[in-house]
Amino acid sequence: MRQIGPRFAAIAAIFVTLAACGGSAAPTVATDVGISSTEILLGNTNALSGPAAAYGTISNASNAYYTYVNGQGGINGRKITYKILDDGYVPANTVTLTKQLVEQDKVFAIFGGLGTQDQTSVRDYMNAQKVPQIFVYTGATTWGLDYSKYSYTIGWIPSYQAESHLYAQDILKNHASAQIGVLYQNDDYGQDYLKGLKDGLGSSASLIKDSESYDVTAASVGSQVATLKAKGVDTLFLFSTPKFTVQALVAVSKLNWDSVNIYVNSVSNPKTTIGAAKTAGAALKNVTSVAYLKDPTDPQWANDAGMKLYKTIIANCSTCDANNGFNISGVAAAWTLVDVLKKAGSNLTRRNVMDIAATQLSETDNPFVLPGVVVKTSSTDHFPISQMQEETWNGAGWTLQGTLIDTRGTIK
Amino acid sequence: MLQRIRAAPPRYWLVVIAVLFFAGFPTVISSFQAAQWANALILVIAIMGLNILVGYSGQLSLGHGAFMALGAYTSAILAHRYKMDYLLTVPIAGLLTGLVGFLFGVPALRLSALYLALATFALAVVTPSLIKRPVALTNGVNGIILLPPDPPQFAKDAFSAVTGTVMTSEQWTYYVTFAWALLLFWLAWNLVRHRSGRAMRALRDGEVAAAASGVNIAGYKMLAFGISALYAGIAGSLFGMSSGFVSPDSFPVGLSIQLLVGAVIGGLASIPGPLAGGIFAYFLPIESNQWVPAQTWIPTQIASTVEKAGPAVTYGAILILIMIFAPNGIVGLVTSGYERLRRRLRGAADRETGQAPPDPQTV
Repeated sequence: MRQIGPRFAAIAAIFVTLAACGGSAAPTVATDVGISSTEILLGNTNALSGPAAAYGTISNASNAYYTYVNGQGGINGRKITYKILDDGYVPANTVTLTKQLVEQDKVFAIFGGLGTQDQTSVRDYMNAQKVPQIFVYTGATTWGLDYSKYSYTIGWIPSYQAESHLYAQDILKNHASAQIGVLYQNDDYGQDYLKGLKDGLGSSASLIKDSESYDVTAASVGSQVATLKAKGVDTLFLFSTPKFTVQALVAVSKLNWDSVNIYVNSVSNPKTTIGAAKTAGAALKNVTSVAYLKDPTDPQWANDAGMKLYKTIIANCSTCDANNGFNISGVAAAWTLVDVLKKAGSNLTRRNVMDIAATQLSETDNPFVLPGVVVKTSSTDHFPISQMQEETWNGAGWTLQGTLIDTRGTIK
Repeated sequence: MLQRIRAAPPRYWLVVIAVLFFAGFPTVISSFQAAQWANALILVIAIMGLNILVGYSGQLSLGHGAFMALGAYTSAILAHRYKMDYLLTVPIAGLLTGLVGFLFGVPALRLSALYLALATFALAVVTPSLIKRPVALTNGVNGIILLPPDPPQFAKDAFSAVTGTVMTSEQWTYYVTFAWALLLFWLAWNLVRHRSGRAMRALRDGEVAAAASGVNIAGYKMLAFGISALYAGIAGSLFGMSSGFVSPDSFPVGLSIQLLVGAVIGGLASIPGPLAGGIFAYFLPIESNQWVPAQTWIPTQIASTVEKAGPAVTYGAILILIMIFAPNGIVGLVTSGYERLRRRLRGAADRETGQAPPDPQTV
């Protein structure tokens, strides 16, 4: 950070004096670094390459929405520029690239940064610099829970622990004698899911017979799946990232283990991912997950206005597959951000934008989330999305089950 | 004294120019760029160490990333848990890593060429997993977040006197790294020109012949391993300081390969080689990654494919080109170019005076 030079300070002092003498200064617009009269500059780091490259498309989808908004005239005349950099899902790269975005490109905020480990590694830095780390694309519970400590960081997707609670309730209600095995990624991301499952099962946590972890740099999870099978597991939880989820689903079928009940987490469940497993030979019997977004491949939304809008928006991205569920989440989160920026109006400061995003959201009209899902925050609750609905795999796509379940207030 | 300065060969002037350049550089570039160049210099230090091992002693190592990890974690743990001043931890990390490298030299003595490469490669592969296990010590997969270093008052005063701006922690890190790089380059320069350096080169060119000449093969192999690990440890420690964050995945297998690539690109068995190699190895992946998508003349399909494949594609293509056109690295290319130019100039002069050019081999 550069300190204001003495010359600049002198000039500033003269202007302040002039303004004070003038009596009535013209109404000014409060802005911040990264905001000009024509532009709002946002940054992003995502895994465009590496083991979690399946997520890379999310940033491009968000950008497609910004292109769409810019085409409509932008936000109060300002167009959004979205700079996406590839960190390869390696925290050390995230640190360097985030510094580049903040110090060299001078972005207003970093939106939709992906990866629990990656975003944790820059959280201290972002908060020290007071640059919004807004709507990170990770559901680690800490984003919402530790807002009072890190007031420049906020998540968007549902908390992993809340999602696990939902699975736990399903187990307790429908499979009370399950023999649970968990495959999880050995980092904050996987451990957060696992903690949620244990907490959700409460006194029945002993149903978890075994939990096997893998490192994100690993080549395969085949041996972990085999171990889980050998331990007599009949209910398998996959708290993994897409590449490893596909591997695990395929490994289950290779081991002739199709009797097992499988729970797939929401951040690796788009039909594109599950379809890849199917193509590779996974039988996909008894697979359960949760949803909070409209699935672009679900025929029930074929004539939905929100889905039609999504298809129009995603056409702005030449490399995006419109049927990929990750893309609709990228568009939906960008929608919320544009809402926040509009609400900030002429008071476009970093602090004000964070306050609105983390404490004053009440978005009932996001056209891409399931009907009834409200994107909401308050002074005591910093988890924007907390409603989810169970879904099961029908052999060709996901079918929603039951009704929306609200987990608001359950994570403390 | 004046006579000596006037008689100094041109390469000494090059050294003076390079030192002045690197000392003044951060005053004209942004703080962020200074941080990038600090990282490049850190690679330079590690590659210098690798060069002593590979270039001068002829021992192949694919595992120097692991030594960097050890150095980084030594410093991070000392600074984070035991609240030591980070600058003090740098030499400790270097010495500890050097000791480990020296001991690693013992089994390395029994392996040659490819087998040694495989053993060191295995070291690079297991290191990230090993770091993850003692969670209480290393904080497991979550890594250790370090506070950015605060520049001391004298540095702040000096910097603001020159530039009129306040020194940032990145700029301070750059100067710390630069000071270490100077010291270590001077050490390497002295090492390779003297007894030990000659012994190492003899070892590289023919083990039997070296042994017959009374070179202690085992001792020098271990020494080479130890010294190169010391360099890597200091580089790792500085890496922790500059990135403010160490995690097991900061030291993937790819880092070890990157170091070796840097050593080869720069030019093996040369002192300026690691400087050029480190700068290339650091900036090439970054620039190749950001350059391709920014080019409008490249069709979007190709650009997006390259983007999806990551920086590896362009990086690989450029590496292949460098190896074809500069098989002896950048330094080799520059020296041969310089020789050719000089011969041509001298040839022209000699034709005028009617003298035959002297045989370059005898010069």
